[in-house]
Amino acid sequence: MRLSSRQTRAIGFGALGVLSLAVLWEGYKLLGPAEGISIGETVLLPRTTELAMPHVWDSVARAFQPASSASDELVIVAVAQAAASTLGIAGVGMLLGAVVGVLLALLMQRFLLADRAVLPWLILSQTVPLIALAPLVVAWGGRLQLGPFEWERWMSVAVIASYLAFFPVAIGTLRGLRSPEQAHLDLFRAQGAGWWKTLRYLRLPAAVPHLLAALRLGTATAIIGTVVAEVSTGARGGIGRLIVEYAQSGSSDPAKAWAPIAGAVVLGLVAAGAVALAGLLLHNYRRAEAR
Amino acid sequence: MSAVEVEAVTKVFETRTDSVRALDEVSLTVADGEFVALIGPSGCGKSTLMRLIADLDEPSAGEVRVFGMPARQARLERAYGIAFQQAGLLPWRTVRANVELPLELHGASAAARRARADELVELVGLGDFADHHPDQLSGGMQQRVAIARSLAEHPRLLLMDEPFGALDEMTRERLQGELLRIRTETGAAVVFVTHSIPEAVFLADRVVVMSPRPGRITEIVDIDRPDASADPESMRESDAFFRSVTAVREALHGRDTAAERGATASGATAPEAAARGVETR
Ligand SMILES: Nc1ncnc2c1ncn2[C@@H]1O[C@H](COP(=O)(O)OP(=O)(O)O)[C@@H](O)[C@H]1O
Ligand SMILES: [Mg+2]
Repeated sequence: MRLSSRQTRAIGFGALGVLSLAVLWEGYKLLGPAEGISIGETVLLPRTTELAMPHVWDSVARAFQPASSASDELVIVAVAQAAASTLGIAGVGMLLGAVVGVLLALLMQRFLLADRAVLPWLILSQTVPLIALAPLVVAWGGRLQLGPFEWERWMSVAVIASYLAFFPVAIGTLRGLRSPEQAHLDLFRAQGAGWWKTLRYLRLPAAVPHLLAALRLGTATAIIGTVVAEVSTGARGGIGRLIVEYAQSGSSDPAKAWAPIAGAVVLGLVAAGAVALAGLLLHNYRRAEAR
Repeated sequence: MSAVEVEAVTKVFETRTDSVRALDEVSLTVADGEFVALIGPSGCGKSTLMRLIADLDEPSAGEVRVFGMPARQARLERAYGIAFQQAGLLPWRTVRANVELPLELHGASAAARRARADELVELVGLGDFADHHPDQLSGGMQQRVAIARSLAEHPRLLLMDEPFGALDEMTRERLQGELLRIRTETGAAVVFVTHSIPEAVFLADRVVVMSPRPGRITEIVDIDRPDASADPESMRESDAFFRSVTAVREALHGRDTAAERGATASGATAPEAAARGVETR
């Protein structure tokens, strides 16, 4: 696929953003006071010591050295594996959240009563703090016994991610399903089209732009949710776990701690890129109607 | 059998604050193959009457029959094709796919859909644009697509609510000519809502003049049409055309004011007419 000048410019700006962040980091490290700036006990700006702010190039170099003396696996490989695992779990959570979100939106579009009854619960659901939710889901999953099926830790993480992701999808999809103008609805009614055909040929296609926006939001929350849930459920193998693990070795190896954080950022970018790609494939559904 | 029978139909819209009598005991019959134009100032119930025939709304009292069937049954049996002022094309579909929509909704095979859509796109002169999307077309072209779509299932009745209302004068006259040609080819009955007296006279066999508050039919003017063999465009210059325009204008504004105006400048747009929302050009 050839890139348009607009896309090239977007990539250029992205690279410029990363570069200026590095420059800002090194600039502050060079000029800022070693003890940081604080008023009383409150730290306003961080310390600039090697321990608190390693050089950008040290962090990059550290990523290409073995993670520990015990094995010769590189830090970057360990981070990539953890990121892949987190991405997979977030993907499952996102899928689950999207399915539940779209189904809820359909329910609310179809039945006004469902709209009135369900919407307050949806909003309420999002006020439950993640930290309170995580142990509940783990405990509940642990008691689940379906024949040979066994509940695993990562499934709890995926459920928590989906719990965060379904909300923007439900709200966005509902708005999209309600977006067709009266003239279009009249047209379908005049064709004798029932609810299902109106949904299939009018409401769903019209909902695509809203759905994409909701997915952008949903994937971001799914990734953050997965990382936080990995930490709070103590699930192994993911990037959340790695962030905690490397931070603990921070005092002796400060450059290493930044690798999984960078990994989480890249993860977010990959997810956003996937949604953008879906947007490109669906570009016909994003044409604004010309009159 | 008549294409449309409207019998003593009343439509009252209840709003939160008051109720609007959009139609008051309106009766109208449209013969099979007949072209009827509905004209009148804004708010006299033209769109409401058309929506009742299309079963997009239900009458408060009275009865609407389309080809002898209750309006609802006629709608479900797709007895009519419909077009509005806004083309209402689906922006994600190509011109061809928009024309195919009614056929697709009713389960026609892909091959049959394609053949019919190609035929219709050709009929409205958009053969080169079949694979374009609506945002790539001018307003006039979009309206042609909407007309092609309304013809997709060979309806014996066309319902059109100011389909050319948003177009410039030149495009409008060209599409009027095309509509007449299409109508001659298909032989369908047409109920055509318009604001424009010349448009109504140029197109219709009968012009139904309506008045507002409450919406009523005040007069029905029969139009002298030229022979089917003659070039319809020649009608615009004929004496019969101007006589009919005057007759409709009189019916709209009352005989006295129209006679006065005829003495000063024929065809001039009177401020009063503009104020009442009727174009007299
Ligand atoms: N859905 C509606 N709710 C309330 N009032 C309506 C509705 N539709 C039309 N009306 C009223 O009915 C009258 C006739 O409207 P309409 O049929 O659209 O007029 P026209 O098409 O001749 O301009 C107007 O006074 C309008 O305000
Ligand atoms: Mg109207």
